[in-house]
Amino acid sequence: MISFLIKLWENILIALRALAENKMRSVLTTVGIIIGVLTVVSVASIIAGLNAGFSDQISNLGSNTLYIQKYPWVAKGDWEEYRNRPNITMREVEYIQKNLQVDALVAPSTATRRELKYKDDSLKDIIIRSATINTPQIDAITVDNGRFFTHHEINHKQNKVVIGFEIKDKLFKEIDPIGKKIRIGNTSFTVIGVLEKRGSIFGHSLDSEVYIPVESLFKNFGFHRSIDIVIKINDITKVNQIKDKLQFLMRVVRKLKPNEKNNFSLNQQEMLMETYNNLTNGLYTAAMGIGALSLLVGGIGIMNIMLVSVAERKREIGIRKALGATRGIISFQFIVESIIICSLGGLIAIFFSFLLSLVIDKITPFPSTVPLWSVLMGLGFSSFVGIFFGIYPAMKAARMEPIECLHFE
Amino acid sequence: MDKNNALIDLNGIIKTYHVGTVDVHALRGVDLLIQNKEYISIMGPSGSGKSTLMNIIGCLDTPTSGIYKLESELVHEMDDNKLAEIRNRKIGFVFQTFNLLPRASALHNVELPLIYSGVSSSERRLRAEEALEKVGLSDRKDHKPNELSGGQRQRVAIARALVNRPSLILADEPTGNLDSKTGEEIMEIFGRLNKAGNTIILVTHERYVAENANRIVHIHDGNIAKDEILVRN
Repeated sequence: MISFLIKLWENILIALRALAENKMRSVLTTVGIIIGVLTVVSVASIIAGLNAGFSDQISNLGSNTLYIQKYPWVAKGDWEEYRNRPNITMREVEYIQKNLQVDALVAPSTATRRELKYKDDSLKDIIIRSATINTPQIDAITVDNGRFFTHHEINHKQNKVVIGFEIKDKLFKEIDPIGKKIRIGNTSFTVIGVLEKRGSIFGHSLDSEVYIPVESLFKNFGFHRSIDIVIKINDITKVNQIKDKLQFLMRVVRKLKPNEKNNFSLNQQEMLMETYNNLTNGLYTAAMGIGALSLLVGGIGIMNIMLVSVAERKREIGIRKALGATRGIISFQFIVESIIICSLGGLIAIFFSFLLSLVIDKITPFPSTVPLWSVLMGLGFSSFVGIFFGIYPAMKAARMEPIECLHFE
Repeated sequence: MDKNNALIDLNGIIKTYHVGTVDVHALRGVDLLIQNKEYISIMGPSGSGKSTLMNIIGCLDTPTSGIYKLESELVHEMDDNKLAEIRNRKIGFVFQTFNLLPRASALHNVELPLIYSGVSSSERRLRAEEALEKVGLSDRKDHKPNELSGGQRQRVAIARALVNRPSLILADEPTGNLDSKTGEEIMEIFGRLNKAGNTIILVTHERYVAENANRIVHIHDGNIAKDEILVRN
């Protein structure tokens, strides 16, 4: 065992020496391997980052939240057909609220974009969301300063507004906004609360939104809009049962005949996850394909260089054999050399993928990390390529006749 | 001569090369006994078969037929790995073209045979330094071959041949690439080594080089033409 380790170490030294003597050639040889491993590791890390980010953000939607909407999240049919569906109305929301009769929160949700104005400052294209008494629980929001709407304010279509953290920062700066009047579109609203910081989802800041009572939204900004019905379930095990009941209620309220298709969509976070997974699986496969191809090309490059190296060093092989190196030792030397070239390529690639991951993290909204398994996989692949494509040249070197080699000029 | 204690016992050695459809008979049945501590020259013109004989004695090649015993071991029956081991432990080569690893230091070149026999690195260094001292090159141990003169290179090669304490030193035209003065210095080293108890086989085509030995075996057309014992005055 110890003598094996010594031999291994001697061979590594011999190989390193040979590589150092041909620096340029060694580096060029590893390019194929570098590209292969870089592709595999980077894509793995990008997707790992996306996964972390995506499931994080999607979980904001909550796996226990269902949405009845005009459009499906993942369209499978004709867009025209979806567009011709009737809008979901407040009447239908109320019907569901009244008849669902399970442990769940139901709220209508709709939104519009309007300009916000306070004195001389204005913010364009701000999302104005509808609020009911259930909204804080469903959207998981808490009021930082002031308060949320009362029953009375919601039922009486009062022009009051609860603003996001960023809106407060931009419009009011150091001033306390509570009780101040702002204009949304052409209507004046009184600020009654500021929300706690919420962060962003897919690059959109949730803190730059405002809430007004749902009926107030209709009154001021028009009735012709489809409403989303949001249902938050407390007992996750009842999801399917509740989905069935929601579908039934919607069909009843819309008086659909048994042979008619649903003219609404029941959406759930799961559907997004599914689509997302299909997408990333495709990406994975493509990246693995590209990676495997570059590793193959790189491997053939390695084999080529090793063959050249064996031919060039025929005399060295002859000398070593004359001095007592066995076939095993000679082939071992060349395989170790090949593995070192490839692992070096692998290491360089991993270094670059760390850099790349840092850059992606900085310049895109997606978080990016290099997972340990992808590093190990990259190193494993490159050493495997080293062994696999090193075997043939090494065997060739080992089988050479010492006399022939010694007379090689 | 004592056949039982002979260092080398060649019996009916035949070597035939197949070149295309033609058979080339390099050795046609050579019988040769070499005793321990002998200093012997193998002489002959080029194409006589002396290089083939040297390769067979040096275990770099195997005979087509015949028996080769080296210290009573049957070499002609050995496989590749066993031959490598014999070369490593029993034979020290000195070549006309030196055959040093060009990018390795003198010391590393001398250490090579010890690496292959699995000697630990500290002992290796010690023994290699000792061998370089014997050929008077202690001060050049860290030089690479291209930083050494021809004579110095050949002395490194001799140190390498000595370092594993082989049973015989096999020198193939060791002065062939050297000027006559340097050649003489090299031959002096061989003479000294023989007096110290080393068996030396010298392959050459020059009479004056061959005469450094105590015995000259003349090869001609694949046969031993003459076996000549030199009497020193």
